[in-house]
Amino acid sequence: MEIIATRPQSLTSTPFTYCPGCLHGVAHRLIAESIDEFGLVNQMTGVAPVGCSVFAYKFFNFDMAQAAHGRAPAVATGIKRARPDMHVFTYQGDGDLAAIGTAEIVHAANRGERISVFFVNNAIYGMTGGQMAPTTLPDMKTTTSPYGRKVDDIGYPIRVSELLATLIAPYYIERVSLLSPADIIKAKKAVQKAIKYNKEGRGFTFVELISTCPTNWGIDPVKSREWAKENMLPFFKPGCFRDKGEGVE
Amino acid sequence: MAKVLMKGNEAVAEAAIRSGCRLYFAYPITPQSELIEYMAKMMPKVGGTFLQAESEVSAINMVYGAAGAGKRVMTSSSSPGISLKAEGISYIAGAELPAVIVNVQRGGPGLGDIQPAQGDYFQATKGGGHGDYRQIVLAPSSVQEFADMASEAFDLADKYRNPVMILADGMLGQMMEPVEFKEARSQAELDELGKQHNDWCICPNEDGDKKHHHEINSLEIDPAVLEAHVNALYKKYAVIEKDETRWEEFNISDDNEILCVAWGTASRIVKSAINEIKAEGKSIGMIRPITCWPFPYEAIAKAIGPKVKKVYVFELNTGQMLDDVKIAVNGKVPVDFWGKVGGIVFTPAEIQEKLEACF
Ligand SMILES: Cc1ncc(C[n+]2csc(CCOP(=O)(O)OP(=O)(O)O)c2C)c(N)n1
Ligand code: SF4
Ligand SMILES: [Mg+2]
Repeated sequence: MEIIATRPQSLTSTPFTYCPGCLHGVAHRLIAESIDEFGLVNQMTGVAPVGCSVFAYKFFNFDMAQAAHGRAPAVATGIKRARPDMHVFTYQGDGDLAAIGTAEIVHAANRGERISVFFVNNAIYGMTGGQMAPTTLPDMKTTTSPYGRKVDDIGYPIRVSELLATLIAPYYIERVSLLSPADIIKAKKAVQKAIKYNKEGRGFTFVELISTCPTNWGIDPVKSREWAKENMLPFFKPGCFRDKGEGVE
Repeated sequence: MAKVLMKGNEAVAEAAIRSGCRLYFAYPITPQSELIEYMAKMMPKVGGTFLQAESEVSAINMVYGAAGAGKRVMTSSSSPGISLKAEGISYIAGAELPAVIVNVQRGGPGLGDIQPAQGDYFQATKGGGHGDYRQIVLAPSSVQEFADMASEAFDLADKYRNPVMILADGMLGQMMEPVEFKEARSQAELDELGKQHNDWCICPNEDGDKKHHHEINSLEIDPAVLEAHVNALYKKYAVIEKDETRWEEFNISDDNEILCVAWGTASRIVKSAINEIKAEGKSIGMIRPITCWPFPYEAIAKAIGPKVKKVYVFELNTGQMLDDVKIAVNGKVPVDFWGKVGGIVFTPAEIQEKLEACF
């Protein structure tokens, strides 16, 4: 029998714990496929955040660390400095990376730490049941912004890719979306690029993946993607903000 | 090796490097600045990593990562910074990682001041971070001991895969005393040390049967699994209590009428006072806990000789180790306490006066 599709080598057989229709699984698969493609499965290690992807340390098929909430970039720094022969990535949600872990991500980026960061932005705290995130859109209702996010009171969503692009050191920063098959193909290219640059030791690479949270948005998976296309993409515009490999400064 | 005159902060840094520490992450704070500055200067010379982190929170998480990769790694700070490391220390204990943390204590609470104090005893020995864990706490009382504890701390951390704190203070960090260093570990020794954690740490993988999936993790969502994990930690802690409790006995005899208990800087001053009182022909001894956890409860209980009227505890705080001493004494004799706070250090004459009044 000819095998035409299989689980990437970089994923274990542990079943994902995500809700049906959640895009965390898609993001995992893109990362795992890219690691396979660059032949890095034996030199790779990753850091799982606190968030719905907290169990990512069980899903990737190499040594993994689980970090305290927001601290994954610091943990990845420690691993990379201790083991420069290995390749290190973090996988983080928007609460983890853009709220409690803001200092860690900004400074890891600013040091040009030779790690890849995969940032899954679903505009909400998924794991804890749908509270407001730093990326929650203006007027968007969450359990802790029951009357909608009031920008006069709590400010505007943070555009992390743009923020990090103000720094000089980062090598590659791109925002992509996981909202349609065509977008996922583009997203794969960005993930591949980050892994490639990581393999080559170029510097800090960052891919923001616009995602959904059907469960806490209270919208079914298909409509969630439509909602995100209409509401998230105008605010979080996909694009490449930095690619020193291709002269995008 | 000849003795050199050095500050405690520098001596512990030098000793750590000689013990094979090649990764150090920290954030500046007084009165431990000489330590971070020494590391900044020396780490590049031995091919090690010095990284000034953006905060103590980040520094301890870098330690978590490097320890997860099985390497000898250290961080240092002073009291307010140690509070920020508390979360990370809990994770290090939960994930069973070997790491060394130096606390050069200063006055508190809050921003306090930058003078020597012993106000972090509770934090160091009773938790600090959240959850049911223990960290080994070594308390030096001289620059030499501060330095010697670096290699001891790394050995204990490696042996038990547990955080080890060296609990010093601004006095020990800043004062200069002659120190004799141990020979630096050879590269061959360091390579051997590097292999001891290969069966669990983050390291390059191999194909086929040798493929591994090591998890550096403190999360166990299934209560039964977490229960088993915490119980296993407690078995380990019981072994540490049995095998690693350390203390110094000073002038302990059956004739003792007073038994003093003091640790760290305070114990030096109490010793001077005891020497004066001894010269007057009175009998008085002291137990100095060298490990604050595990605490030498039994040693204290045993040192209460037939003539002991009182146990006297002296600390540079409002009475923290005092609780442990009371547990050790268990009501056998009265326990008295005197302390100084705010970064003010008592003098031998003051201690002597307190003790003379007991005879
Ligand atoms: C120090 C700390 N504070 C709060 C929490 C609770 N907590 C767990 S996950 C989470 C939010 C995660 O949201 P996000 O990073 O957006 O990930 P998602 O679940 O949406 O993928 C919070 C607040 C925690 N575990 N630790
Ligand atoms: S809560 Fe939201 S982000 Fe979390 S797994 Fe479910 S759908 Fe995905
Ligand atoms: Mg989220």
